[in-house]
Amino acid sequence: MLIQEHSRPGRRATAQAPLATPDPAELPPARRRKQRAALPEVSELQAVRHYTRLSQQNFSIDTHFYPLGSCTMKYNPRACNSLASLPGFLARHPAAPESHSQGIMACLHELQAMLKSVTGMHAVSLAPAAGAQGELAGVMMIRAYHDARGDHARREMLVPDAAHGTNPASAIMAGFQVREVPTGRDGDVDIDALRAVVGPQTAGIMLTNPSTVGVFDRNIQAIAKTVHEAGGLLYYDGANLNAILGKVRPGDMGFDVIHMNLHKTFSTPHGGGGPGAGPVGVSKRLEPYLPIPLVEQDDDGYHWLDEDDRPESIGRLTAFGGNMGILLRAYIYARLLGAEGMRRVSEFATLNANYLQARLRAAGFQLAYPERRASHEFIVTLKKEAKDFGVNTMDVAKRLLDYGYHAPTTYFPLLVPECLLIEPTETEPKEALDGFVEAMIKIRAEAEHEPETVKQAPHHLPVRRLDDVRAARQLDVAWKPAASLADSQR
Amino acid sequence: MPFIPHTDADIATMLDTIGVDSIEALFDEIPAELRAQGLDGIPDGLSEMEVTQLLQARARADGEPTCFIGAGAYDHHIPAAVWQITTRGEFYSAYTPYQAEASQGTLQVLYEFQSMMTALTGLDVSNASLYDGASALAEAVLMAVRSNRKVKQPRVLMPRTVHPFYRRTVASIVQHQGIELVEVDYDRRSGQTRVADCEAVADQPFAALVLPQPNVFGVLEEVDALTDWAQARDALVIGVVNPVALALLSPPGDWGQAGADIACGEGQPLGMPLASGGPYLGFLCCKQAFIRQLPGRIAGRTQDLDGKIGYTLTLQAREQHIRRSKATSNICTNQGLLVTAATIHMAILGAEGLERVAAACHANTARLSQQLCEVAGVQPIFSGPVFHERALSLPAPTETVLAGLAEQDILGGFDLGREYPELGSALLVCATEKRTDAEIATYREALASALIIAKAA
Amino acid sequence: MSNIPSELKYTESHEWVKDNGDGTVTVGITDHAQDALGDLVFVELPEIGKQVAAKDACAVVESVKAASDIYSPLSGEVVGANDVLDGAPETINDDAYGEGWIFQLKLSDPSQLDDLMDAGGYEQLLADEG
Repeated sequence: MLIQEHSRPGRRATAQAPLATPDPAELPPARRRKQRAALPEVSELQAVRHYTRLSQQNFSIDTHFYPLGSCTMKYNPRACNSLASLPGFLARHPAAPESHSQGIMACLHELQAMLKSVTGMHAVSLAPAAGAQGELAGVMMIRAYHDARGDHARREMLVPDAAHGTNPASAIMAGFQVREVPTGRDGDVDIDALRAVVGPQTAGIMLTNPSTVGVFDRNIQAIAKTVHEAGGLLYYDGANLNAILGKVRPGDMGFDVIHMNLHKTFSTPHGGGGPGAGPVGVSKRLEPYLPIPLVEQDDDGYHWLDEDDRPESIGRLTAFGGNMGILLRAYIYARLLGAEGMRRVSEFATLNANYLQARLRAAGFQLAYPERRASHEFIVTLKKEAKDFGVNTMDVAKRLLDYGYHAPTTYFPLLVPECLLIEPTETEPKEALDGFVEAMIKIRAEAEHEPETVKQAPHHLPVRRLDDVRAARQLDVAWKPAASLADSQR
Repeated sequence: MPFIPHTDADIATMLDTIGVDSIEALFDEIPAELRAQGLDGIPDGLSEMEVTQLLQARARADGEPTCFIGAGAYDHHIPAAVWQITTRGEFYSAYTPYQAEASQGTLQVLYEFQSMMTALTGLDVSNASLYDGASALAEAVLMAVRSNRKVKQPRVLMPRTVHPFYRRTVASIVQHQGIELVEVDYDRRSGQTRVADCEAVADQPFAALVLPQPNVFGVLEEVDALTDWAQARDALVIGVVNPVALALLSPPGDWGQAGADIACGEGQPLGMPLASGGPYLGFLCCKQAFIRQLPGRIAGRTQDLDGKIGYTLTLQAREQHIRRSKATSNICTNQGLLVTAATIHMAILGAEGLERVAAACHANTARLSQQLCEVAGVQPIFSGPVFHERALSLPAPTETVLAGLAEQDILGGFDLGREYPELGSALLVCATEKRTDAEIATYREALASALIIAKAA
Repeated sequence: MSNIPSELKYTESHEWVKDNGDGTVTVGITDHAQDALGDLVFVELPEIGKQVAAKDACAVVESVKAASDIYSPLSGEVVGANDVLDGAPETINDDAYGEGWIFQLKLSDPSQLDDLMDAGGYEQLLADEG
C-alpha cells in the first residue's frame, strides 16, 4: 500500500509544521497555485510505521551478506554517520564564510592529502558528486590538456570491452568518440590489439585495474608505455581500488588521472542508490584543470580555491562543490583505519575473494579465469548449469535471495556468458563465506533435481518475480489521485 | 584490525584452502616494482573515541552562527522522524535496487517520491533524482535539446536571473555537446526577465528557454507570459523551481497555455540539512511525451507472478549500463538516501504543512527586509514580488559588512555584487520559518553597527 | 530453427528488406533478431522524410535488457513508419515479417538491393554465428 493510499482528507501531523501563518497576501494571485498538491495527509505515526515497514522489505549490508561484484558492499561504520551528523556540520551553510568553516575545511584538506598519498597522484579535487561525475571530470581534464596544447586531433578515447558502461557514456559526454579494445583470453587487455589502434587521434585510455573481470592486468606498464608514447593519457577508473588500497598506487602504475568511488573503497553508504562521491586525482600536468572548489592551506588557515584562482579549471560540477557529508564520512573512515588499516583492506578483501573462489572451484563451479589469482573479486560462469539444467544465472541469483544472500552481480562483464561477479569484501567473516558456498551447492542440486524451484524463485520475499516487461510496456511511474485519473480518462 | 573479523585461525585455514602460505602471496601477479613502499601522509589509525573527540572539536570550531543566507540552500526545520528512519540500516546500507524482489522498500519509496514530485510540479513524470539542482538543470538542458523535434538548433536561452552557480555548472557539464547558452538580461527595476529581454537575443531559433521561479533575486518571474512566448516559437520551457515555494506558487505544469515541458530544481528544502552543500538531490520532471529522454533511474509499478503489486526499475535501456556510449546520460547513481528523506519529509508535512512552511518563510523574509531597511542607507533593490529572499543595497562594501556580521556570529546573506557588479553593494537575504523575531531584531542591530564600522574603515 | 522467408533480402545486422516493386522497400527485423532480443517494450521510429544512407542507425528497438539500433539497409528517404509499434511494440515479437514491419524507404539507388543477402545467405550467416 502506498503512503498516498493511507491519506485521509484533513488528517495532518501538526507538530511538524509551523503554526498557522497569515495568508501571504503579497504574492500576486496570478502566481498562486490554484489547487493544493496531492501530497499524502497522514499522521506522524502512520508515516513512521509505513516507512519502517518499507525498510524491512530491503536487503542491506546491515542485514545480509551482499557479495555484489564491482560494488564493494562492505560494512559502513556507524561512527562515520553519527560524527558526520554532528549539529555543527549539518547546520553549516555552503556559503558560510571561511571564518566559520575552518573545522570542516581542515577535514577536507586532510582528506585531499590522504587520497593523494594512497593513490600516488599529485593533486586531488573532492568536487565530483559520484563516480560517473568523477569519470566525466577526468575525461574532460584529458580533453582540456590536449586542447591547451593545441592538440585538437585527439578525439578518440579507448575503452576496454569489459569496462563499466559509464566509461563510454562519460567519454561521449566529454565529446570523444569511443573505440573499444578487446580483452585477451587471460583477462588482460589484448596488448597487440591496443598497439594497433593507438595513434595521433588517441586522447587516452580508460582502465580499471584490477579489471572488471577480477584480475590484475599484468601488462599495465606496457599499456602505459604504449599509450603515453602515442601521446595519449591514462585514466584510472577507481571502481576496484579496494583490491589494491595501500598495496599498489595508480600513480606508480603510470596513470595520469583517476577517480575514486568513496562509497566503495572508503565505505560511505550506498543508501539504496546514492549519494556517492567521486574525487579525482591527477598528475602534475593536469593539475590546472581540476574541478573546483579545492581547499588550500596557508599561514592564515584554510581557503577555498574557485574559478578566480583556477581559470583553466574544467569548472563547477554541482552548485555547492560536492557531497560534503559523504566526504566527511570518508574522512572519518580513513582516520579510523590509518595507513596500516588501509593496507589491510586490500589484503583481507583479496584473502576473502581467493578463499571463496577456491571453495567454489572445489565445489565444482566453473571459474571464468581459473588460471588467475582473484583480486578482490572473481567470476563464476554458470554456462554448464544453464546448458545441463536449463537454469540460468538470473534464476540462481533469485534463488540466492531465498537463502538470505544478496545475489552477486549478474551478466556483467558482458563478455563472459552466464556470469556471476562475486566480491565478498574484507569485512565478512569466514562463516558468511562458507554459508554462501553451501547455498550455491544446494541451489545447484535443486537446479538438477527440481529446476522449477529455481526458475520460479524467489519464493520467500515480499514479492515473487516481477514482470519487467509489463513495467516497461504499461508504464506506471507515478500515482495519481482518483479524481485526476477520471479527468484524464474523460 | 578495524572492521576486519578474521582470527589467526581463520587466516590459517583460509590460506590453506587457497594453497598459499601467506596473504602476501596472493599479490604475486602484481609486478614487484609497482608495489607501494609506504603511505607517507597517512597518519596512524585512531580509535572511535579519539576520532569522536577530533570531530567534535572540528564541528565546534565552526560555531553556531545564525543563518540568513539562502541562495540555493535553505535552513528549514526537519521533523525528527525523517532522519531517524532514513538512517535505518535497511535504507542506509542497501545498494541500488537492481534485484527488485530484495529491494521493494527502496523501490516503493522511489515510486512514492516520483508521485509526490509530479504532484508538486504538475507534470506527468519524474525520475528518481539526480545529484543536485544545478546538475539537474544541466541534464534538463541536454534533454530539451534532444527532445525538441521542431527546433534542431542546439541553442538554449539562459536568463541571468538563474543562479550563477547553476549557470556555471551547466556550462561545465555541457561544454562539449556543442550547445550554445545564450544569456538573457533582466529588468533592473523589477528584477525580472521580461519578454522584451528574451526577444532581444532570440533572432535565431532556440530549442529551450530556462525559467527560474523564484529567480536568484528571490523575485517571481512572469512565468505565464514567458512560457507562452517561448512555446509560440516552438521552444521547450524548462522551469527551475523551489519545491517549498511550489506549495504556494503555480506549478510548472500550469504555466501559460500549455504548461512548462520540463521542471527541475534542488530538493534540499525537502528535509535535507544544509551540510555545507551536500549531499542534496536534484529533481527532474517532464511531460509524458519526453519520458524516453529523461535521464536517470525511474521506478515503475508492475505485478509479480501472482499478480501482486510490486515495484521495479524501468526504462533501463536508456541508461549507461545497457546503452553504454548511446545512453541518455553518463549518470549512474541517484541520491537514494536523500530521496528517502525527502519522501518521508513530504509525507509528514503534507501539502498543508509545506504551505505553512512556505507562508512562514515568506512572512519572515518580509519582516526581515522591512526591519533591515529601517537601517540608514539600506534599501530593496527590486520592485518585483518576492517569495522568501530579497536583494538589498548597502551603503558600504558587502564583503566588509558580511565580515563584520560574521564576527557577531550572524551569516548576513549572499554577496550578490560579486556576481552582479552592476548592482553595486548588494546583499541577498533570507529568513526561513526557523528565524525568530529576536534573531531578526539582533540582525538589524548588528547590521547597523557593522555599517558604521564599515563606513569608518 | 528461425523462420527465414525466401522472398526477402537480408542484412548482416539482422534486418529484412522487402522490395515493394515501386522503388520503395519495407524494412523490419528478422525472426532470429526478435527472438534474441526478447519481449520488446519500445520502438523508436525514424521521422518521415529523413534521408538515410546505407548502414546509418535510424531506429531503435528496446527490450527490458537491451537496446539495439536498427540500421538502414539501403540509402534513400524514409517514406513510411509503422505507427502501430508506438502502442504495441510486441507486434514485432508476434509477427516480425508482417504486421511488425518498422519503416519504408524510397531508394535513391535501387541497384543497391543486389548487395543484400538472400535467404540462403542469411541462413548461412546464422549458422556461422552459431
